[in-house]
Amino acid sequence: MTATEEDLTTSPDSAPASAATATPAVEDAERVFRRGDDSAVLRMSEAEVAQLAVDAPQVALDTNTDERTIMNMGPSHPSTHGVLRLVLELEGEVVKRSKPVVGYLHTGMEKTAEDLTYLQGSTNVTRMDYASPLFSELAFSLAVEKLLEVEIPERATWIRMLMCELNRMSSHLLFMATNGMDLGAVSMMIYGWREREEVLRFFEMVTGLRMNHNYIRPGGVAADLPDGWTDEVRRLLEMIPPRLEEYDILMTGQPIWRERLQGVGVLNSAEALALGATGPVLRSTGFAWDLRRDDPYLAYDQVDFDVVVGTYGDCFDRYAIRLNEIRESMRIVQQCLDNMPSGDYRVQDKKVTPPPRARIDESMEALIHHFKIFTEGFKVPEGEAYAAVESPRGELGVYIVSDGGPKPYRMHVRGPSFINLQTLPHLMYDGLLADGVAVISSVDPIMGEVDR
Amino acid sequence: MADDDTETPAEGDSVDDGAQEATEEQAPAVDMAYGVAVTESRGARVLHPSADELIATVEALKADGFMQLLDVIGVDYLTHGNRSDLPVTISPQRFEVVYLFRAHVKHEMIRVRVQVDANEPVVPTLFDLFPGAETPERETFDMFGITFDGHPDLCRILMPEDWDGYPLRKDYGIGRIPVQFKGAPTRR
Repeated sequence: MTATEEDLTTSPDSAPASAATATPAVEDAERVFRRGDDSAVLRMSEAEVAQLAVDAPQVALDTNTDERTIMNMGPSHPSTHGVLRLVLELEGEVVKRSKPVVGYLHTGMEKTAEDLTYLQGSTNVTRMDYASPLFSELAFSLAVEKLLEVEIPERATWIRMLMCELNRMSSHLLFMATNGMDLGAVSMMIYGWREREEVLRFFEMVTGLRMNHNYIRPGGVAADLPDGWTDEVRRLLEMIPPRLEEYDILMTGQPIWRERLQGVGVLNSAEALALGATGPVLRSTGFAWDLRRDDPYLAYDQVDFDVVVGTYGDCFDRYAIRLNEIRESMRIVQQCLDNMPSGDYRVQDKKVTPPPRARIDESMEALIHHFKIFTEGFKVPEGEAYAAVESPRGELGVYIVSDGGPKPYRMHVRGPSFINLQTLPHLMYDGLLADGVAVISSVDPIMGEVDR
Repeated sequence: MADDDTETPAEGDSVDDGAQEATEEQAPAVDMAYGVAVTESRGARVLHPSADELIATVEALKADGFMQLLDVIGVDYLTHGNRSDLPVTISPQRFEVVYLFRAHVKHEMIRVRVQVDANEPVVPTLFDLFPGAETPERETFDMFGITFDGHPDLCRILMPEDWDGYPLRKDYGIGRIPVQFKGAPTRR
């Protein structure tokens, strides 16, 4: 843990919107291409690890530091964010090779999706990344809409954007809480949770649920924003900035906090790109890539915001990026508040959207459409499509193959946590075991999305 | 761009001579990019190399600025064999492996769809070009039983290591599987 004077004076900055993404040199990523024993990844099967425990003689406590020990961390460990298991090769207290072992939450959600209609599909995907459920719903809905080739009303687009940015705030606030807790700033856990709860309260008001909303659906959103939503959003926008200032006092400027994070778990742009990392992990390396700006979906090309990037690619940059992304999200939320258009909150295509309840009593066609949509489901033209959104954790993509029927033939979710976990062994290599906890926390994996 | 219009798309595939000759006579009926057939699907370009052409195609993509492999996706077309979105030169197979690439500077995404024979489901690994392929390829192996030749650590990732069968295959039933527990050997 070395923090130079220079480190202390710089903090992640926002990149100008026109900043070109320079191509990093491939040679810089040499270490992630290694296959053999010099790689940071411990390529050992679970059975081999279990066999080691049987075979190993009683380990003497006074082993010299050259000897390497295989140690198991998790899956039930307070700082592994759910059920992440790490098999670590230790040399004394220094982590050498490691391997993330996942799958403890695997419930076959991609298989389940093949048995649910497109209308039911969003109830399934929303349970993947439970800290930012609206993004999974959004990516799923965008993919279905791409296959259907329907145009979404402007108001639905802006409602989606408003809700997603609030969800990004709540997700990052949860990160603030867990990151603080992992590193010993235990009071931070309560503060982060408190602010997140305020955002979830707004979600409950709009969608009826704090989590797993099933609010964004193919064709629009489930319901219009309720009366008084502007007051609630304004209240959030007034309440949260001073709280973020408190976080700055509590953490950002603290020498202990900085000592703990700066220079820990360093990754460069070439390595991050080679490993497929996206989101704050990629941006912390100084590579300004944000799908909201660089491949705009919804109406992100009509709002003004900055892409926050880091410089050193360490844990501190990843922390600071998320903190500042809360501020950027609030800017977008403010613009959604100012520019919210009027109109429909879902597409008025009778084949896709269920008719309003009142119409069913009046119209035979409405009753038929209602019946068809809820029994058989609407049919989606044959083909395949991929839609991606910038979730708080990175590029969240949904790939759907349709055979022309009412259920997806195949649905795959590119979970950013799943791919970002590949960076863990490289971030932890040659660091202390205690820093490993900081590294896991800074990658911010959500295991529901990793295992699906 | 590595366009190669002079190449006939029928090479390396002599199973169905009659049909191949017909397409040769009509000159290339399909568009070509990076040396292989390309189609358009919902606003994205899709490349269709064979498993043998995959490495060369991906090398060409990488040289052309596609810096990131985003994901590796398996699809089992067992009950949807007659899909219409393949170029005429590609004979559909049961399995398909889909690769997603992104070119950040060009702001472009491209998909690569490789047909994989059900009797010999083997595709070369992309690990040496994109080490980020390691876990998604393991996932595809885990779920579909497609082997990635040359992969450094091809083992199950989401399912238990001693699991039988490949859950996302279409002939793998749902809801009729007894719960399996791992009998990991312990000293106790």
